[in-house]
Amino acid sequence: MDTIYAVASARGKSGVSVVRVSGPRSIVAAEGLTGKMPPPRQAVLRKLVDRDGVHLDDALVLLFVAPHSFTGEDTVELHLHGSLATVSAVLQALSQVDGLRPAEAGEFTRRALENSKLDLAQVEGLSDLVEAETEAQRRQALRVLSGALGDKAEGWRRRLIRSAALIEATIDFADEDVPVDVTPEVVELLDGVLSELRQESSGTKISERIRDGFEVAIIGPPNVGKSTLLNALAGREAAITSEYAGTTRDVIEVRMDIMGLPVTLLDTAGLRETDDVVEGIGIARAIDRAMLADLRVFLTDGTSGIELEPREGDIVLHGKGDLLGDDDASISGLTGQGVSRLVDRIGEILIKKAGMAATATRERHRLAIDRGITALETARIEVLNGSDRAELAADDLRTAIRAMDSLVGRVDVENILDEIFSSFCIGK
Amino acid sequence: MKHLDFDVIVIGGGHAGCDAAHAAARTGARTALITLTKDSIGVMSCNPAIGGLGKGHLVREIDALDGLMGRVADRAGIQFRLLNRRKGPAVQGPRAQADRKIYRESMQAEILATQNLTTIEGEATDFIMKCGRVAGVVLSDGSEILSSAVVLTTGTFLRGVIHIGDVKRPGGRMGDKPSVLLAQRMDSFGLNLGRLKTGTPPRLDGKTINWDVLDTQPGDEEPVRFSFFAREPLAQQISCGITHTNEKTHDIIRQNLKRSAMYGGHIEGVGPRYCPSIEDKVVRFADKTSHQVFLEPEGLEDDTVYPNGISTSLPADVQDEYVHSIVGLESAKIIQPGYAIEYDYVDPRNLTPSLEVKSVPGLFLAGQINGTTGYEEAAAQGLVAGINAARAAIGLEAYTFSRSESYIGVMIDDLVTRGVTEPYRMFTSRAEFRLSLRADNADQRLTPLGRELGCVSDARWESFASKMDALAEAKSKLEQLSLTPKQVASTGVRINQDGQKRNGLQLLSFPDVRFSNLIAFDASLVDIQDETREQIERDALYINYLDRQQRDVDAMKRDENHLIPDDFDYQSLDGLSNELKLKLGRVRPRTLGQAGRVDGMTPAAITLLLAKIRQFDRKRTA
Repeated sequence: MDTIYAVASARGKSGVSVVRVSGPRSIVAAEGLTGKMPPPRQAVLRKLVDRDGVHLDDALVLLFVAPHSFTGEDTVELHLHGSLATVSAVLQALSQVDGLRPAEAGEFTRRALENSKLDLAQVEGLSDLVEAETEAQRRQALRVLSGALGDKAEGWRRRLIRSAALIEATIDFADEDVPVDVTPEVVELLDGVLSELRQESSGTKISERIRDGFEVAIIGPPNVGKSTLLNALAGREAAITSEYAGTTRDVIEVRMDIMGLPVTLLDTAGLRETDDVVEGIGIARAIDRAMLADLRVFLTDGTSGIELEPREGDIVLHGKGDLLGDDDASISGLTGQGVSRLVDRIGEILIKKAGMAATATRERHRLAIDRGITALETARIEVLNGSDRAELAADDLRTAIRAMDSLVGRVDVENILDEIFSSFCIGK
Repeated sequence: MKHLDFDVIVIGGGHAGCDAAHAAARTGARTALITLTKDSIGVMSCNPAIGGLGKGHLVREIDALDGLMGRVADRAGIQFRLLNRRKGPAVQGPRAQADRKIYRESMQAEILATQNLTTIEGEATDFIMKCGRVAGVVLSDGSEILSSAVVLTTGTFLRGVIHIGDVKRPGGRMGDKPSVLLAQRMDSFGLNLGRLKTGTPPRLDGKTINWDVLDTQPGDEEPVRFSFFAREPLAQQISCGITHTNEKTHDIIRQNLKRSAMYGGHIEGVGPRYCPSIEDKVVRFADKTSHQVFLEPEGLEDDTVYPNGISTSLPADVQDEYVHSIVGLESAKIIQPGYAIEYDYVDPRNLTPSLEVKSVPGLFLAGQINGTTGYEEAAAQGLVAGINAARAAIGLEAYTFSRSESYIGVMIDDLVTRGVTEPYRMFTSRAEFRLSLRADNADQRLTPLGRELGCVSDARWESFASKMDALAEAKSKLEQLSLTPKQVASTGVRINQDGQKRNGLQLLSFPDVRFSNLIAFDASLVDIQDETREQIERDALYINYLDRQQRDVDAMKRDENHLIPDDFDYQSLDGLSNELKLKLGRVRPRTLGQAGRVDGMTPAAITLLLAKIRQFDRKRTA
């Protein structure tokens, strides 16, 4: 068994970053950096030094001895100062130790599973709950845990098994008293499942938003008060604002909780014709991000036209409302006029979107659903091609059923035969 | 120490026994076939037909391994039909009505002519045991025959009971006695036994059927035979008759339900859902006012007719009455009443994939005793047990047939992994790799394997090799072609104009492209024989799907490579339900792949199991 290491806390700058090393050589590796290990479960401040004697950081060192650790293996945690440079220097030092390699995604949890520290359901539940930041996320995680997705998948699976049974009956019992043409019922079943799967798949994107955050882009011509608005919304100086047009050249992100939903606000470069290469890149990036965002807040100055067409549901406001007087259609980050009204509108729009969220929340779920959709689309074509291609339709259906299985449990041919024998009188 | 009389003894001369004995002898074992009477070798005790969907695949596979069933059925066939002829080749199944007498006599002739194979008349009543191994058999006259391995193929003879209405008597088949003594010995092995039932219809006198008013079903104009190799002369071909039950028939049955053995509570065994008695059909599908009945002649010189579709356990007088209510059968005479038969079977989860009893080395079981139904299923198991009994006797490792290479492998894996709840019959839908496991390519899949196992004759091997040469030559010619859709369309074929160049094999995967369309682009293709052309068309049809199946096969093989130790302790597996622990403990899967197919397994349980196996491996290598 390899010994693995990785950053266990969030990526990026932070007060503290935790590097976790797990596996049989974890103690040896850590001792190479810090000298003799402290007693288990006792935090000690140590100097970390690489093998050339270079001082890397002063860190809290914490030892867990197998099986009393998250993974069930010997584990050492190094609580470092959370700078990117420090973390990467320590990872670099660990990579030079024989028998160590970087952990693959989820590998710590997998080892916990393999060592019976967690079961599979706990793993999924744990990760959903760990990731829940807002009320909506917490509720969504709970819905998955309560098995709502399983219930839906069970329904799809039941109808797909029925379709497969109809087709298999025409294949395996061709010389018996079974219907010759099952196309109408099969196509009806497939269409029903397909439309639900498609809806689920698009809803999954919303669910992923609830997990990962909705993006709201503030967009408009230069010097219309976008950055000032962002700062007002965020309540801190996140974007640099100045009186000069074209100050924001990159996309600036601020994460907020609006009515229980995780929201990332994007401040973008002002849209205008420019000869400045750097600003031009900023504008192109602004347009890309704004188009991908879930909602766009357009600020106008009342004179220049909007170069980007707002989509249905987008918000359009006059910026610098302090110069125009208070009305519903204007806003000012400077005076705060209209800001809470905007927050409410963003919240209402996103909550409406969140209402279309699917039960499936994970990318894994969406991939399985999309696999199912692809297979069912082919199956549908083969079914309509006529009974002489029945075995091909059946093969695609099998693939689709397996995709549904990966959402819940297993299925096998016995389920299909059960359905055939309860529906048709077989036996000449 | 007494010399071994034989390497392998096969008990029973039915379909499982014949192919078991023949396979063992082919594989190089000195073999004895013990049967009650030599006359009963090769008897078809149920319907007079071989093959069908899934079953025809099995017969082709038996033939590809040089077994008997295919070529004997070819000789006895009096009506050949390729089922699903209008569907794709993967789901076409050859089937034939067989003349019982020709079948039996051809089978007996084959057995008699087999080198290394001796036939002994007698009743096996006990096994000789040595150090926990089966080392031979005792006959009812007290004589002992020693061997290294024994294949037991008792069919329905283990505690068989025949029911006609409320009359029951012990019997393995109409007119034969059951094997009670052997059943007692089997009891002492502590195997899990279960009870199944099956039934037959009344046999009719064909001279008393009014054929003139009935529809007939002729055979195919060009009979498709079973054997890849033998080209047996065809017997005279006949048609079957078709008639239907009606409301009057159903009324008679409903009124007398209580007198049926099944519904009168005399039968405890479970019957197959796909071969229900007429009582079952009337009760379970009450809204159907009519059921099909095929009138199958049992032979060219035999007036007996097998009315397929009305098997029953009603009393003889009720059988008379309902048969006469059917169009064309108004004055039909019943030669032998239909009956239900109950018998013991051994839970096949007691067996290894080579069909050896796990707790009794040297003892192999094949056929209905393992909970299956059907001649083809029996013969295929016989072949597997025969080959492996011979290998055990010679000191070779057991060979396991895989789900990815044959229907035989699918069946054996289903049996030893999942057990049975009703008599097990093969269907094409059981084979997840159905598109690659076709009846038409059984030889390509299995003859090379058979050659390796030593059970394929030189003559068949040579014929196979020349067939493969012809295929390879034709395929390479096709692969050298590179044609645009436009060029192909110029021959009058409908094809999507995507501008992509394709070779000849790829083009043949399009539904509308035929071999003949390609001759325009390489004149030498005209020399290729029709048989080769057709096979290439069939092989090419699924090219696009085979890649996907291959990925699935690879995934399965990865799971099959995770071996589970024989002494693996499922009880110690935290997080596994007690029910699953029990099931796994009973099946004792040999690989992770097999464990995944155990009834009730979940992905989470598989993950746990994998983790434990890895730990186990680590500890062992540490």
